[in-house]
Amino acid sequence: MTAAGTPAANTAARPTGGGRRLPLTWLGVAPYFLYVGLFLLLPTVILAVGAFTDKEGNPTLSNVTAIGQPYLFSSFVGSAIISIVSALVGAIAGALLAYAVATGNPRGTLRRVVTSAAGVFAQFGGVTLVFAFIATLGTVGLVTVFLKDHGIDIFANGVWLYDPRGLTLIYTYFQIPLMVLVFLPALDGIRPQWREATESLGGNTWQYWRYVAGPLLAPAFLGCTLLLFANAFSAYATAAVLITQGGVLVPLQIAALFQSETGQAQPGLAKALALAMVVIVTIVMLLYALLQRRTSRWLR
Amino acid sequence: MNWHRINRLGLVVAVAALVAAACGGTTPTTSANWKTAASLSAGGGMDALVAAAKAEGQLNIIATPPDWANYGASIEAFKAKYGIKVNSANPAGGSQDEIDAVNNLAGTSSAPDVLDVGLKYALANTALFTPYKVQTWDDIPAAQKEATGLWWQDYGGFMGIGYDPSKVPGGINSVADLLGPNFRSKVALAGDPLKSNQAVNGILMASLANGGSADDVSKGVDWFHQLKVAGNYVPVIATAATIKAGQTPVVFEWDYLSSSHGKDVAGWKIFEPSNAVLGNYYTQAINKGAPHPAAVRLWEEFLFSNDGQNNWLKGGARPVRMDAMQTAGTLDATAAAALPKVSGTPVFPTAAQQTAAGAYISAHWKAAVG
Repeated sequence: MTAAGTPAANTAARPTGGGRRLPLTWLGVAPYFLYVGLFLLLPTVILAVGAFTDKEGNPTLSNVTAIGQPYLFSSFVGSAIISIVSALVGAIAGALLAYAVATGNPRGTLRRVVTSAAGVFAQFGGVTLVFAFIATLGTVGLVTVFLKDHGIDIFANGVWLYDPRGLTLIYTYFQIPLMVLVFLPALDGIRPQWREATESLGGNTWQYWRYVAGPLLAPAFLGCTLLLFANAFSAYATAAVLITQGGVLVPLQIAALFQSETGQAQPGLAKALALAMVVIVTIVMLLYALLQRRTSRWLR
Repeated sequence: MNWHRINRLGLVVAVAALVAAACGGTTPTTSANWKTAASLSAGGGMDALVAAAKAEGQLNIIATPPDWANYGASIEAFKAKYGIKVNSANPAGGSQDEIDAVNNLAGTSSAPDVLDVGLKYALANTALFTPYKVQTWDDIPAAQKEATGLWWQDYGGFMGIGYDPSKVPGGINSVADLLGPNFRSKVALAGDPLKSNQAVNGILMASLANGGSADDVSKGVDWFHQLKVAGNYVPVIATAATIKAGQTPVVFEWDYLSSSHGKDVAGWKIFEPSNAVLGNYYTQAINKGAPHPAAVRLWEEFLFSNDGQNNWLKGGARPVRMDAMQTAGTLDATAAAALPKVSGTPVFPTAAQQTAAGAYISAHWKAAVG
């Protein structure tokens, strides 16, 4: 980074006559801000306004206070549990896989295959993923029927694929590869010299992980886990296709409040729930940013 | 987006409006009294009605596909009998589309003459209707018509439990059977209880079978909780596809819709519990501004005649005069025998009761089966 500063300083030699000009440097980022404004800020503002407006268009707090109702609050608990469990499973399994890859040959086939596969699977979600699971592990799925023919009934105590347990399993399918992708750079930042230094000072493996690698990797690991949490917390399509009944998760509850034909449609309340999700994800991402800053101090 | 088509649609509407405006002054005088006639006798009797309807020459119906409740046969029979042209608009439309058409096309000659909607839509839009009582009015049960004739129900059916007998050895003899080990991972609803009327009515039916009432759906929610605990509930919305694939071999759904699964699943059966007969009927109403006031009244007289009622019956729907016709011996016995058996006193939840049930389910469903 420091090397890049030198040629930039030389360009100061360009002509400066003609007094002050309107700076045009912001033009380059204008499309970015326009995009963010239209697709992130504007919808958030619409949500925020809608959350505090009743059906007649008058300001109200009732939507926000209604979130406290047990059945709506339990949707948040449901969302949080699925997100935490799938994030932890994804983070631990993904970190182990990433470590295996990082310690291998940096130009080897294993690494190339794993990283490209992770890139594909991390984006595999929604209808196609759910279809794949229903076709294999559904009540009449290939694997289910095969196991049943051999005396193993995976649904002996009822179908669990279509409830939060099944959803957690499906989420880990894209959480693990995502963890590999985001955690691998941190592992690559660990230099072999540090291990050698530990050993030449008389440290053993436990001490290396406890006092050197552990503290270095912990912020990155926690940050990546938070990213996985946000990823699961905000997912909608996968859950909507799999769990077609009831508001088990917040996004499903929001959909029900918008689409109900049984007289339960409450757009204001739906927007209040969405706003609460925005707040939660914002907090998580702020923590993620803080941890990333700490990580980047050592690992680059 | 197809602007071309939209433009063309706009043109059609504009032309229709012009034609209507041009014809406005020349409405046949014979129709004048039919516009407000609330019964056949008030308008001058059957012969006068047929003559006036033939003079109008046309009838506009909407959202009545030919294969739905056998409407196609009714339309052909009506055409053949009276020589009146039937314009069938938007056959794939729903109740709200019909109401929208009445509002958007008001005053034009292409406005729908008659509506065939869900009860909820009829109750919410009575200001758009004009009262009329068909000759056979007294055969319609009191709970299924508006006292002044603003709306009356036409055909419908009952909430049943459709099932594939090959997947359920022993079949179904009561709602309680479904809690048994034969039904592990097999029982489904035909909609999301938070969104779908059909699902709410399925739970209401379970409530009736377990000591609840149209006002108390909580027993049904409790029962589905037991079903879930037993491991028998499949939280998948049953559709023709899931039934064909065998994912949802036992389904709570309206019998007149369930019967269609027979073409995918050989031997598909429908069980109707005698202690929980939950009915749903569609509703007829005449547009206050009907462009063909005599023809539409003749159409209603035809639909509620024995022939018209038997036509619906042949399509798997129960005509509203079914009981009266059975007593009088005018019911098509072959078509009636093909329907799933129903015994017991039917319950028809009001719109308010259904909304209240929906609210209770929204708040308690997740805790029960989530």
